[in-house]
Amino acid sequence: MLGKLSWEAIPFNEPLPLISMGVVVVVILVVLAIVTVKGGWPYVWREWLTSVDHKRIGVMYMFLGFIMLLRGFSDAIMMRTQQALAVGNAQGYLPPEHYDQIFSAHGTIMIFFVAMPLVIGLMNFAVPLQLGVRDVAFPVLNSISFWLTAAGAFLINVSLVVGNFARTGWMGYPPLSELPFSPDVGVDYYLWSLQISGIGTLLTGVNFVTTILKLRAPGMTYFRMPVFCWTALAANLLIVAAFPILTATFVMLLLDRYLDMHFFTNNAGGNQMMYVNLFWAWGHPEVYILILPAFGVFSEVVATFSGKGLFSYRSMVLATLGICVLSFMVWLHHFFTMGAGADVNAFFGVMSAIIAVPTGVKVFNWLFTMFRGRIVFSTPMLFAIGFIVTFVIGGLTGVLLAVPPVDFVLHNSVFLVAHFHNVIIGGVVFGALAGYNYWFPKAFGFTLDERLGKASFWCWLVGFYLAFMPLYLLGMMGMTRRLQHIADPGWQPLLLVAEFGAIVIFCGILCQIAQLYVSIRTRERRRDLTGDPWNGRTLEWSTPSPPPAYNFAVLPRVETIDAFWEMKRTEASPVEATGESIEMPRNSPTGFITAFFAVITGFALIWHIWWMAILGFLAAAVTILVFGWSDDRQREISGSEIAQAERAQSRLGRPAWRQQ
Amino acid sequence: MAAAITGAVPAELAGGQGAGPAPTRIVVAYGFWIFIISDIVMFSGLFAAYAVLSGNTAGGPTGPELFNLRNVFIETLCLLLSSYTCGLGALSAEWRRPGRFLIFAALTFVLGAAFLAIEFSEFARMVSEGAGPSRSAFLSAFFTLVGMHGTHVTIGLLWLIYVVAQVVAKGLRPAVLRRLLCFSLFWHALDIIWIGVMTLVYLMGD
Repeated sequence: MLGKLSWEAIPFNEPLPLISMGVVVVVILVVLAIVTVKGGWPYVWREWLTSVDHKRIGVMYMFLGFIMLLRGFSDAIMMRTQQALAVGNAQGYLPPEHYDQIFSAHGTIMIFFVAMPLVIGLMNFAVPLQLGVRDVAFPVLNSISFWLTAAGAFLINVSLVVGNFARTGWMGYPPLSELPFSPDVGVDYYLWSLQISGIGTLLTGVNFVTTILKLRAPGMTYFRMPVFCWTALAANLLIVAAFPILTATFVMLLLDRYLDMHFFTNNAGGNQMMYVNLFWAWGHPEVYILILPAFGVFSEVVATFSGKGLFSYRSMVLATLGICVLSFMVWLHHFFTMGAGADVNAFFGVMSAIIAVPTGVKVFNWLFTMFRGRIVFSTPMLFAIGFIVTFVIGGLTGVLLAVPPVDFVLHNSVFLVAHFHNVIIGGVVFGALAGYNYWFPKAFGFTLDERLGKASFWCWLVGFYLAFMPLYLLGMMGMTRRLQHIADPGWQPLLLVAEFGAIVIFCGILCQIAQLYVSIRTRERRRDLTGDPWNGRTLEWSTPSPPPAYNFAVLPRVETIDAFWEMKRTEASPVEATGESIEMPRNSPTGFITAFFAVITGFALIWHIWWMAILGFLAAAVTILVFGWSDDRQREISGSEIAQAERAQSRLGRPAWRQQ
Repeated sequence: MAAAITGAVPAELAGGQGAGPAPTRIVVAYGFWIFIISDIVMFSGLFAAYAVLSGNTAGGPTGPELFNLRNVFIETLCLLLSSYTCGLGALSAEWRRPGRFLIFAALTFVLGAAFLAIEFSEFARMVSEGAGPSRSAFLSAFFTLVGMHGTHVTIGLLWLIYVVAQVVAKGLRPAVLRRLLCFSLFWHALDIIWIGVMTLVYLMGD
């Protein structure tokens, strides 16, 4: 009846996950109770859970990403503490069985449920506004994407208390991830939560490629798009081209595990290196899916806070597209040690070094943008400058690792761990935080506290260097990754420094929480009434903060790049609202309900509860079919309603020519 | 959605990159094309796996011992013909000829179902001969690649019923026509993939 599920699945003998999950459940129950007592459910359901507004969905993505950051970070600090303690005779506090789950969960969560939601959240929020349109191409599909991502995140958290998580590392390499070596449900949690969220990500890719290529304001040619839109386009093209590979790879591993097939098994002709190849044929483009939008954020931030247009816009675009193409030609550098031979390794080594060239172009573009600019050292700008310095170091160690003979020495060492944290924290996380500080006033109508924002920046920056520079050294001393116990006591001092660095990063996270809290408390005096708090350059700043549901009463006419800057410079006369009504997509519970059934289906498949899996799948399919049948998907906002909203804006003191 | 965004487009901008948001029909078809490309990429992973594993028979039967090219030929004919009838059906729908559309849709369904029936009987025969998907890596890859295509055809048939039901219930309205357009794109894409399957699996394997 319940497949493999029984009371034994709940780890009563391991207090740590039970207590932490208990706290989380209590917090969730308290929040739900507060919403219920205040009668907030109609609001939450109408304005958030069923919303198809790209801005709301973007905010929910960011919320998901930051919540999961707390989870992923608690894994991180547990690992750092274990490594700092378990040296020589000491065994630390985490048994190998538990430690292995933690490092697997840390990687999986940080990539799929922190970095991806943060990046996709920023794209959701900013891209349609920057393009000067009212929503994405397929708004309901967008909602489905988000809720499927949330469903995957939910499932992975369930693994904390019901059953266990994979002990295979975040890549799930076979044969370890095959049934004989991972007979329990850990790998199944990994596979199904990533399959479900992967579908969501793929649909996001389809949606945004279509949006950017087919829906832009009149006059916005490709070479008038803001750079963030270009990087979003490149990232979404990569999603469309790379995520299906991961889906296919996981399908094969699932078939091995569920239907006794032999794609990657040790016997009957299976080939493990095929998994590794396919995984990284997705995995390397994936790191560019993450970093390219971050590059886009930095391009916007650096230009805005230098008061200058971006230096050499075209080379920035070409570098972005160059990286987009090259990212598919370097995957083998993740496993030079496979033994593909000198020629193959040389090719991939050279390609990996070449990809540093367009990245270098970008770095110079940012530097020359700042050169002789009026630089405002705001929080987003600090993240941008911290990024440039940090990312160059990470890029250089990457080029080092791209040299096959060096890689043979450093493969799977903590040098590698330091390298990719260097580019992911210094690049993606800094980018997400810069974007969060930059677009927050646009989303909510008030600015974030600068003092605490800067404090969080310095903690993140200093904490990063303290946490990961020691790992470079340890890697060169020969320390391999994922060690539950350290044999060499000589490594302990550096591991203690790394532990201290993780604590400093934790202070950065605390500063961010404090920043959000303080900013909300003092929001009345930090209202952004102009809609343009940073003297911005692109179209999102021409809307009120927060923008109305329809974004633009009249679609802007775009004549140049930095369209809004040009409007301000020429004091373009206001475009009068025409009094015409606007059709906007109607809210839909399709995404939420589909994801609900996706969770049930995934959980049932993990525990081999076949009847429940079939019912859940059918219910999800019926939900989609019901939506597919509906015709009444638009609602009309009347011209008088729009005119009223626009007048209210002008009473708030927005200059007439800024009212679109 | 896109129709809502489309405003009056100035003449000098019409048709170019700067023409403003595209009409809904274009947006939907374009988006669906992108989705189909992603589906083809997914198949490319399975094709790659088949290419790597096709020789790994682990002492079990090889392709030439199992494949029946006569049946594959009939399967191919069914599928390609169904694409032809699907195209005729789409044209009938464009010309607002619901009667003709229904006939061609029925033909498409019958040909697609015939394809599936042959494929299923082939699979059943192989399994009964002890050449099921868990026999060897080669057979795992074979059943997964061909079976994934078959799964798509099955989804396509169910989808066809759903689209026909919409045509019957609502008539050939623009929204229904857009959904029909997506279905026919999907159905033609299955042909493209089948040509790949036929070539790589059956012709090169024989």
